[in-house]
Amino acid sequence: MQVVRLIIVAVGGQGNLLAAKVLGEAALFAGVPVHMSEIHGMAQRGGVVESAIIFGNAASSIISDGEADILVGFEPAETLRALNRAHADTWVITSTSPLPPFTAALGKGVYPKIEDMLALMTKKTKKVIAFDALELARQANNPLAVNMVLVGALAATGKLPFGPEAVKKAIETTTKEKFVPANLKAFELGFGAAS
Amino acid sequence: MHKLLEDAPGKTLLLLGNEAIARGAIEAGVACAATYPGTPSSEISLNLFQISRETDLYFEYSTNEKVALEVAAAAANCGVRTLCIMKHVGVNVAADALMTLAYVGVKGGLVIVSADDPFMFSSQNEQDNRYYGKMSGLCVLEPSTLQEAKEMTAFAFELSENLGQPVILRTTTRINHSTAAITLGPVSPRRAGGGFEKNPFMLVTVPAVSRKLHTRLLERIEKAGDLAEQSPYNFVQGKGPLGIVVNGVSFNYAADAVNDLKLGGRVSILRLGFANPAPKNLIASFLADKEKVLVAEEGEPFMEEMVKVAAQENGLTLPIAGKGKELFSREGEFDPALVRRVIARYFSVLYQEPEKLDLADLPPIPARPPNLCAGCPHRASFAIIKKAAKNSEVMFPTDIGCYTLGLLPPLNAADFLICMGSSSGTAGGFARFSGKKVISFIGDSTFFHSGIPGLVNAIYNNHDFTLVILDNGTTAMTGHQPHPGVDMEALGFGGYNRIDIEKVIRGLGVENIAVIEPLKVKKSIAAVEELLEKPGVKVVLSKELCPLYARSLGKVSKRVFAVSDKCKNHRVCVDELGCPAMYIQDGRVQINPGQCTGCAVCAQICPENAILPAK
Ligand SMILES: Cc1ncc(C[n+]2csc(CCOP(=O)(O)OP(=O)(O)O)c2C)c(N)n1
Ligand code: SF4
Ligand code: SF4
Repeated sequence: MQVVRLIIVAVGGQGNLLAAKVLGEAALFAGVPVHMSEIHGMAQRGGVVESAIIFGNAASSIISDGEADILVGFEPAETLRALNRAHADTWVITSTSPLPPFTAALGKGVYPKIEDMLALMTKKTKKVIAFDALELARQANNPLAVNMVLVGALAATGKLPFGPEAVKKAIETTTKEKFVPANLKAFELGFGAAS
Repeated sequence: MHKLLEDAPGKTLLLLGNEAIARGAIEAGVACAATYPGTPSSEISLNLFQISRETDLYFEYSTNEKVALEVAAAAANCGVRTLCIMKHVGVNVAADALMTLAYVGVKGGLVIVSADDPFMFSSQNEQDNRYYGKMSGLCVLEPSTLQEAKEMTAFAFELSENLGQPVILRTTTRINHSTAAITLGPVSPRRAGGGFEKNPFMLVTVPAVSRKLHTRLLERIEKAGDLAEQSPYNFVQGKGPLGIVVNGVSFNYAADAVNDLKLGGRVSILRLGFANPAPKNLIASFLADKEKVLVAEEGEPFMEEMVKVAAQENGLTLPIAGKGKELFSREGEFDPALVRRVIARYFSVLYQEPEKLDLADLPPIPARPPNLCAGCPHRASFAIIKKAAKNSEVMFPTDIGCYTLGLLPPLNAADFLICMGSSSGTAGGFARFSGKKVISFIGDSTFFHSGIPGLVNAIYNNHDFTLVILDNGTTAMTGHQPHPGVDMEALGFGGYNRIDIEKVIRGLGVENIAVIEPLKVKKSIAAVEELLEKPGVKVVLSKELCPLYARSLGKVSKRVFAVSDKCKNHRVCVDELGCPAMYIQDGRVQINPGQCTGCAVCAQICPENAILPAK
């Protein structure tokens, strides 16, 4: 089985770890070997959270710089910052909804323009799928479901070694029961946005 | 039922490394667990804490790692299988107990988890605790995969009982915080009851006893070495004239590299999972038919030294290398590409590194440093202390916890830190020699962990400084674990007592004490100003719950603040507090109602009284 390396970057509180868990469970359902690792030292305090997920027959559970086949970013500046993890054939999926770091929010440091960031990503990688995941999560009636929207978009790329059904099943079994309908809706909206 | 209790051998679950370790202990019938929290070990403890609520497993959050190990040593000497969990630097705190416990030994299995943190994702250093095994004479087991982490944990209990010695299970962050599919094994019944048989001339370490015990320890090390020779955790994978010696996660990276570089048939890997004491014969026989050997291990050249010793003792002169300029570093952590590159270079394999993206034209992206949360009382305490001390030249020894973030602007309230508890100890030395007024910060959990002796010392030796105890009612940094000052009733847990920090400091004889509520800014500044005038040891006890913790207790304020049009835009709030709920829009300070906790500190700092409760 071909090895697929996926990196998810997000700001603490955006639900990166749950997205990773859903993808891990989906792999388990589909019988695909999976190794994941996470760095979330300061997540609660506004830092960046990164998950690495490796599908297929590899033993490592982390991904070196320049070796992610897919990069999913929940926040555009974080996606751009993580571009060093990508290579020329990488597919990038990013939300366009900004969450400026508080330094920039307080006028210390300039938050780059969204169009400029997207143009750079497009120039350097194979494909960029970019949309406002927060808006879709709101449409799904759960603004916290940005993670599920992006998981939906990821499933639509066909780059995962399993289909959308496995992911939906994982959403049903791993996310909190009362959020499942909204999460599935968010998944569908993300799937649609990327199809 | 807790998911780690399910007795379903053969079932596969997606588990975090730390859950796999906890499960391994459950499968081994662990009956006692003691810990002091510390990343990356904390989820092992959290799971066992939860499990202890629904079974007869005894679990405790001890006041520090030394005490945790002492409780564990006693339980294990009563024949109870015990797990003692800590981060790598915790072993330093426990080291005094550890070194002589190795002499005394155990009856029930005792497994000590040392969670090391190469690259220091969340630690103050990246020491390599395999050397503790060498120094104490205890076995060190190191898993490469999460399945192995579970199995080795269970095996470690058997090994411990077989040798009568504690066993160290050494992990790194990439084991603790990785996730994989784990196949469960059967759960052994817990033997919760213990018993103690007196045998003082083997258990009381006066010199005459310890001399006997040292002899016995050396015999046990010998026996352990034989076990390491036979252990299935030490194995050779692949065949070829080139050798790579690996441990922990470096095994995975090396195995992937051998595949990627198509070195099958040329490279043979020796994986040492039971690496202390050294399986010398195994290593020597591995070396015997090799042309060249590379040792791939994060951290220090621990195996490299043992491999070189084995070569020397066997008269082998092949090149052996590991750490070095063009090879592996002793700093940071490995990654697959790094290991691939070093293997290719060392064995002169033709290898085209994948092309990196040229990112030279990326604009500067504003950093996202961690920050104290919106409404964090530590931020208020820093602001109060700095305002109260504004007329003197001050230095701030600090300590480890969320409040270490006081280091960053705009708070700039951290000048020196080495380890937990060092705030109260170093403050005395700085008070004597820095030529500055000394104000030192310590958290409540850290105060109980190791801050009290420094304070006692300061009172006794009559040092002149102020210790600010930031009592937020929890161990926030590592995930809001309880500590001896926590109100366990509020958490819904009976059967605990609570230690009142104020009574402790008064009991020690500190006379100059200001107990403040940091969200009452002006009153607190006045109280601290008055206190700072006094000579000798002074204590500010700043009491306010961490708002994240308060929220988990169901205590939330509905109030939020907003900047009114009285704002004259001097931005004192931004420049002195830097609360992450604030942002600038169209040149004006705004407050994000979704983040504001309503602490009102900015409202009290604003010279225009322009920040008001939102309508
Ligand atoms: C010897 C040692 N053990 C454990 C840790 C991990 N650790 C870092 S800070 C901390 C406790 C923080 O609690 P507290 O002092 O109450 O401060 P808070 O985070 O609540 O502000 C712990 C356990 C460590 N760094 N060193
Ligand atoms: S977790 Fe609590 S103590 Fe830590 S920074 Fe946030 S509010 Fe402050
Ligand atoms: S009241 Fe002010 S300081 Fe407190 S959380 Fe809200 S914005 Fe931050």
